[in-house]
Amino acid sequence: MSPVNDLPAAPDAPDGALLSVRGVDVGYRTGRRSRVTAVHDVSFDLYPGQSMALVGESGCGKTTLGLALLRLLPRTGVVSGGEILFRRKDGTRVDVRTLEKERLRRFRWNEAAMVFQGAMNAFNPVLRIEDHFLDTFRAHERVGGRRPRGEILERSARLLETVRLDPARVLGSFPHELSGGMRQRSLIALALALEPQLLILDEPTTALDILTQRSIVERLTELREELGFAMVFITHDLGLAAELADRVGTMYAGRLIETGTTRDIFHRPRHPYTSALINSVPPVAGDLHVPESLPGGPPGLNALPPGCSFAPRCAHAADACTVTRPELEVLEPRDAGLSHAAACLRSTDTELHAEGVFRD
Amino acid sequence: MTDRTANPDHAEPRPDEPPVLALRGVRQVFDTPRGDVPAVAGVDLEVRRGQVLCLVGESGCGKTTTARMAAALAGPTSGSVLFRGRDVAEMDRKERAAFRHSVQYIHQDPYASLNPVRTVLSTVSAGLRRHGAVRGRREARRAVTELLERVDLTPAEDYLDKYPHQMSGGQRQRVAVARALAMNPEVIIADESTSMLDVSIRVSLLNTLGRLRDELGVGFLFITHDLAVAKYFAWRGEIAVMYLGRVVEHGPTPQVVNDPQHPYTRALVSAVCEPDPDLAGTRERVRLRSDDIPDLTALPPGCDFHPRCPSYVQGSCDTERPPLVRSHDRLLACHVLTRG
Repeated sequence: MSPVNDLPAAPDAPDGALLSVRGVDVGYRTGRRSRVTAVHDVSFDLYPGQSMALVGESGCGKTTLGLALLRLLPRTGVVSGGEILFRRKDGTRVDVRTLEKERLRRFRWNEAAMVFQGAMNAFNPVLRIEDHFLDTFRAHERVGGRRPRGEILERSARLLETVRLDPARVLGSFPHELSGGMRQRSLIALALALEPQLLILDEPTTALDILTQRSIVERLTELREELGFAMVFITHDLGLAAELADRVGTMYAGRLIETGTTRDIFHRPRHPYTSALINSVPPVAGDLHVPESLPGGPPGLNALPPGCSFAPRCAHAADACTVTRPELEVLEPRDAGLSHAAACLRSTDTELHAEGVFRD
Repeated sequence: MTDRTANPDHAEPRPDEPPVLALRGVRQVFDTPRGDVPAVAGVDLEVRRGQVLCLVGESGCGKTTTARMAAALAGPTSGSVLFRGRDVAEMDRKERAAFRHSVQYIHQDPYASLNPVRTVLSTVSAGLRRHGAVRGRREARRAVTELLERVDLTPAEDYLDKYPHQMSGGQRQRVAVARALAMNPEVIIADESTSMLDVSIRVSLLNTLGRLRDELGVGFLFITHDLAVAKYFAWRGEIAVMYLGRVVEHGPTPQVVNDPQHPYTRALVSAVCEPDPDLAGTRERVRLRSDDIPDLTALPPGCDFHPRCPSYVQGSCDTERPPLVRSHDRLLACHVLTRG
């Protein structure tokens, strides 16, 4: 084991944290000499068993951040700064950023697995579901530890049963023979094959029907109780975040601008963007609730405004907002990464509370 | 362009006014190698001036096929589509041109529905030129400017010469709305027109469409799978819930959403993920007996929903298909509810 990859608990990574993201920047090369930074200086700690939602509009960097955690970025993307510290099953801590190729390959799926957006495209269309399971198990076997096919298929069948699928029907099928919901559940079963400690899900229920979404949400909740893995899931569906997450991080223009428990975010948002986002989705229950619109769009990543990136769209921006960029400030300190923090110069402004921008 | 503001109380529909667009028992059966697929199996719907009729249901329930028939983009296998009381299939060329004028379609995907090599000006003015409503470049520019302002693309001058790739999804969808408006339609058929947009943009587009409904008296056939959107946009209108090609519940929006009756509607409403963590934990869920939707080529006998229905009663639900009948404030297709 090389010392570079196996740092003893890094000084600023809290002991219990499964994943400590420290000041991560992610950039994309857009030309020979040009690049844009899609994720700026993101830090958070995720503890075992926690479920964290990353929410924001399209283009806010949430998918880029999710991919960067496993170094799955496309070729033009690079994690250009920071540390992604992960505590492996054996208790040692690695920086995912510096893992070399073979170790990275072993790290993925064994320690942390990804469920991609669009279950349609995540499977190889010419392989049966059973071949996907066989491939996965074989690719992660120890040298000389080749398991018989029957044993792997038996294990795969158990996995499919955990997501309430009939293995006899699913294992021998090609992806196109399954419905969207069945495909998505198969994908979750496959991601859990090697009992990872962390599951990263990119828009796990987008493009699925309401009833199918509901069954995915229920399966994930059950599985998490049973297997105790941690989740980071990326979504633009705030309802899903409210239901499936313990904690939420709001992203805007590549930065994490508010983080807190699900209750903090939905009941006591302290960033005008978070509260605008929540007010734009009306609940289905009850009387007509008139949603607020949030005019404009996020700024281009190569032309971020000075000061707060949200200031040009913010109805409550003060003069200082266009000059000083607010840092993520802890408003209510708590253990286990559950502090409520917001990056807004006016997050404690009593005037905004009085105006009802922040609910209490 | 004709004057839209001549009649200020335009938007108030009179109860005796005939529907602008009516579907009467329309069916669409697709002939496939696997056998006949009855995508829409007899649907009756009406769209009135200034009113919204919202179609909701899961994918594959026939919402889009119904919309395509309503727009005469596909002919029904049987049944008829009536525009101002006249069967679309029997129209002559001139009547059909008027129908095409008056019923406009907005597609789901603003990335695919705009021609990438045409500017906004060219896209929006195409219909106006084709029907001789504008002559010359300057007149077209003026007409398009007016339309863009109506859909909140301001200052319109900035958008006239843009190509689709230079705009965001929300802006493109507004261009698609402006293009539909150019023809001064009486009915707009919007097929999942807001589902590809971010939540923040969705609300402002819905508000724009709402203004067209209230100020210009445009009637909407609005298709969505998002109950929150349906509730907001069709609050003063009606919702029809479709399942496997048939309407199972149809009534005024507040009643259908807040007090759903049909077990399928109840399941849909209870399955919604609410943006409130406290609500999420406490809501009662309707448990279905099965997660899987039956295949359209092999529909179960009796009620289509019975293999999944939690209120299933043996002997009636699995033998006879329930008709859509009036029950108090709405139409329902369910033996258990309408008999008991």
